[in-house]
Amino acid sequence: MTTESHTTAARERIGRSEEHEGMDEITILWISEGMSCDGDTVSLTAAMQPSIEDVVLGLIPGLPKVNLVNKVLSPSLGGEDFLAPYRAAARGELDTPFILVIEGSVPNQDIIEGDGFWTSFGNDPATGQPQTINWWIDQLAPKAWAVVAAGTCATYGGIHGMAGNPTGSMGLGDYLGWDYKSTAGLPIVNVPGCPIQPENFMETLVWVLQHAAGDAPPPPLDHMLRPQWLFGKTVHEGCDRGSYYEQGDFGLDYNSPKCLVKTGCWGPVVNCNVPKRGWMAGIGGCPNVGGICIGCTMPGFPDAFMPFMDEPPGGALSSLVIKPYGAVVRRLRGVTNEMVNHEPKWRHRKSKLTSGYDPYWRP
Amino acid sequence: MTTTESRPTGRKPAQLVDMSWDPITRIIGNLGIYTKIDFANREVAECHSTSSLFRGYSVFMKGKDPRDAGFITSRICGICGDNHTTCSNYAQQMAYGIKPPPMAEHITNLGEAAEYMFDHTIFQDNLVFVDFCEAMVKATNPTLLARAERTDAPRGEIHGFRTIADIMKAFNPFEGEVYKEALRVSRVTREMFCLMEGRHVHPSTLYPGGVGTMPQPSVFTDYLSRLMHIIDFIKKAVAMNDDVFDFFYEALPGYEEVGRRRILLGCWGAWQDPAVVDYRYASMNEWGKAMYVTPGVIVDGKLVTNNLIDINLNMRIMLGSSYYDDWVNEQPFVTHDPLGNPVDMRHPWNQTTVPVPQKREFDGNYSWVMSPRWYHQETDKHLALDTGGGPLARLWSTALNGLVDTRYVKAVDGKVRIQLPKGESLPETTLEWSIPKWSNTLERDRARPYFVAYAAAMALQFLEESMELVRAGETKVFQDFEVPDEAIGCGFHEAVRGVLSHHLVIKDKKIANYHPYPPTPWNASPRDIYGTPGPYEDAVQGQPIFEENGPDDFKGVDIMRTVRSFDPCLPCGVHMYMGKGKTLDVVHSPTYGASHG
Repeated sequence: MTTESHTTAARERIGRSEEHEGMDEITILWISEGMSCDGDTVSLTAAMQPSIEDVVLGLIPGLPKVNLVNKVLSPSLGGEDFLAPYRAAARGELDTPFILVIEGSVPNQDIIEGDGFWTSFGNDPATGQPQTINWWIDQLAPKAWAVVAAGTCATYGGIHGMAGNPTGSMGLGDYLGWDYKSTAGLPIVNVPGCPIQPENFMETLVWVLQHAAGDAPPPPLDHMLRPQWLFGKTVHEGCDRGSYYEQGDFGLDYNSPKCLVKTGCWGPVVNCNVPKRGWMAGIGGCPNVGGICIGCTMPGFPDAFMPFMDEPPGGALSSLVIKPYGAVVRRLRGVTNEMVNHEPKWRHRKSKLTSGYDPYWRP
Repeated sequence: MTTTESRPTGRKPAQLVDMSWDPITRIIGNLGIYTKIDFANREVAECHSTSSLFRGYSVFMKGKDPRDAGFITSRICGICGDNHTTCSNYAQQMAYGIKPPPMAEHITNLGEAAEYMFDHTIFQDNLVFVDFCEAMVKATNPTLLARAERTDAPRGEIHGFRTIADIMKAFNPFEGEVYKEALRVSRVTREMFCLMEGRHVHPSTLYPGGVGTMPQPSVFTDYLSRLMHIIDFIKKAVAMNDDVFDFFYEALPGYEEVGRRRILLGCWGAWQDPAVVDYRYASMNEWGKAMYVTPGVIVDGKLVTNNLIDINLNMRIMLGSSYYDDWVNEQPFVTHDPLGNPVDMRHPWNQTTVPVPQKREFDGNYSWVMSPRWYHQETDKHLALDTGGGPLARLWSTALNGLVDTRYVKAVDGKVRIQLPKGESLPETTLEWSIPKWSNTLERDRARPYFVAYAAAMALQFLEESMELVRAGETKVFQDFEVPDEAIGCGFHEAVRGVLSHHLVIKDKKIANYHPYPPTPWNASPRDIYGTPGPYEDAVQGQPIFEENGPDDFKGVDIMRTVRSFDPCLPCGVHMYMGKGKTLDVVHSPTYGASHG
């Protein structure tokens, strides 16, 4: 088997002017060994607009040649051979610039007394012991051309950063610092979602690659470093059950095709485009197909939204005053949106675990 | 120490070489396989399986609202999150004393059927079969490939490939015809999944008490029309897999020993019959047997039990090589089950998970995975059951039980008959899976495409029954409930790669204890307190090596085939450990990197 033809096609760089300041080749070093389920990688393989093969095999015009190194997707070699490009990058010797993609949240290694680790990626050649994810991020983030966080675990801590967790897990922003800048001067590019909506991620990645090629400005990000065009609107604004809300017509249990706010949907205050875009190929989603929005793209996820199956605080009032609809509702939603757009105080790099973890918890 | 009896001897002095695969690509999570290989006798002398990831679901679920359990536990797995949500909802429904409307069961069953079809297809064709593809066989067993080129494929009129080598070529990663078609099919089946459960991986429309999916006729039409366009792909996959695996037995005598274990299979059953299930613990034996995949524990080819109550009570979570403190001195959460049977301290209902990060020592503790075992009262042994990667145990148990008798799937005489309708190019087809002679690598892999066919056939029945309900106006999908102050529950289900259970204890309307046991802890477990190795370790340890390469350019394909036959989680990619850092150019695709450093 050969992939020479694909390589050539990718290198021809059709559709780009000869004069550009961007790069011709870039490597994506994807690490999914954070605290994660690898669901973002799996979700990625569902993307068709564009698909990951389209990008890697050079079907999208104007991109640099892309070398993807991902444990799940890459047909590279395992063990040390698989780790070779990561090791080269950690030494500063990789022969191309690289984008570091992190999947999964970052556990707090500093709360461990003595030896041990929460999660690892290969072994330390000197000791033969597992090499922590923290070590890799510490080595790679300062040398990365860009850092992309894939999924809510990596962006904001997500499920593993939940109250009562024993690992002190947090997102990349809390780990690297929110003022982190890559060698290209970019902040972390956050693509939240539990998991990522496939096309949301691919579209963001393509924009970053177009920027690498010198053909596009950096992707526009909001204050939580999310792509603005994907996360600038709420679930509610794209939901096809929204008109029921505006009519004050609410489902009282999950048998109803009407608005789900009273049964736990956080759509009015959650930044996400899934009901509008669907989950894949326009199919599926959340409230539009009968699932309450549990805020899985948000910095406050999951704690700020639990228990999921109860009406959100503020929802009763905002749905009651829906008739004199307007400024009041928008302001109430603004207040709640502000509240859930912040991470809990226990996600930090201090050497003390403050998540409320109690191993012997009994009611 | 191995569970499986030792293989015949006639041995040369051992020539041992350490070989390790860590991280293993093409899987979810962090799995490492560490072996000692005896090149003089061409067999694996020792194997340790280690996982280097702790996440802590059973810890941070404590104190939470029990209704949130399904939403949270979905996030355990990035490929079969829905299996966890479904299983959690089963456990909650027992605890809340409710039964979802029939339509909700059908929609859940259809979602799970799509999940099985998706996951098994992408795993078998885009991952497992890479170990059997032309490029890999050329690099590991060139004389075998030469023979494959001369061997006509017996089922060529079904799948369209003339020789065995032609099939192997079609599985070459990223270029082979079947490899690419399988990626397409995996997207179509995920669309089918999203029609029922909203989102893949983590579903949005599943609740304890039912679903939120609106049972409009178009939902079922959209699912059916997609299914009918992939039905011939399924028939072809079965034929291709049979041809290749039969060829391996014939061309490499003794290959049945690769990955062979003593027959110790567990299956917890899948797909509820809405007419029978009521989720009560007391009647779990009855509704468990009515599931459309029959639960069972199989020891040495005999069915030990198909009673979910027995299965439940004899679960034991052992330590021995894992990074946790013991909990035997804690207060038990559950002393007796609802029928008054005593519940062991090592049962998931009573487990307390206390992580203790520490160094990895192969003669001490070396894994974040614990060792689930099933206590066999007759022999007083804690059995390291495996799942056969899921389909092997499911088909085996269903065939031995002989209870499934549906429109398209029937279990009779140690066989499972699956009837698939006419598709775009192939006629109506009846497939028949028979209980094999061995629980080994090839049979684990062979069972997988048969189970895809099984899932497709069951989906047809669920679709028909759903439409009957729609036409009768029975479209309720959710049953309301109150969370009790105190309750216990358990859910039994099949994740794609095998047994899945969730155990739940509620106190003061909060989760007091929650322990999910997915298949991978069963399969990937380390040595337990008695020194009994886990199934990966046991299957690899002692297996013969057929690869033609010596220690210097050893790739370990037979070992990787064995580990992957258990479906250790994830699709895609081609990776192999290469002895001494050598790269294998035929597998290495330059556009995918790995040429650095």
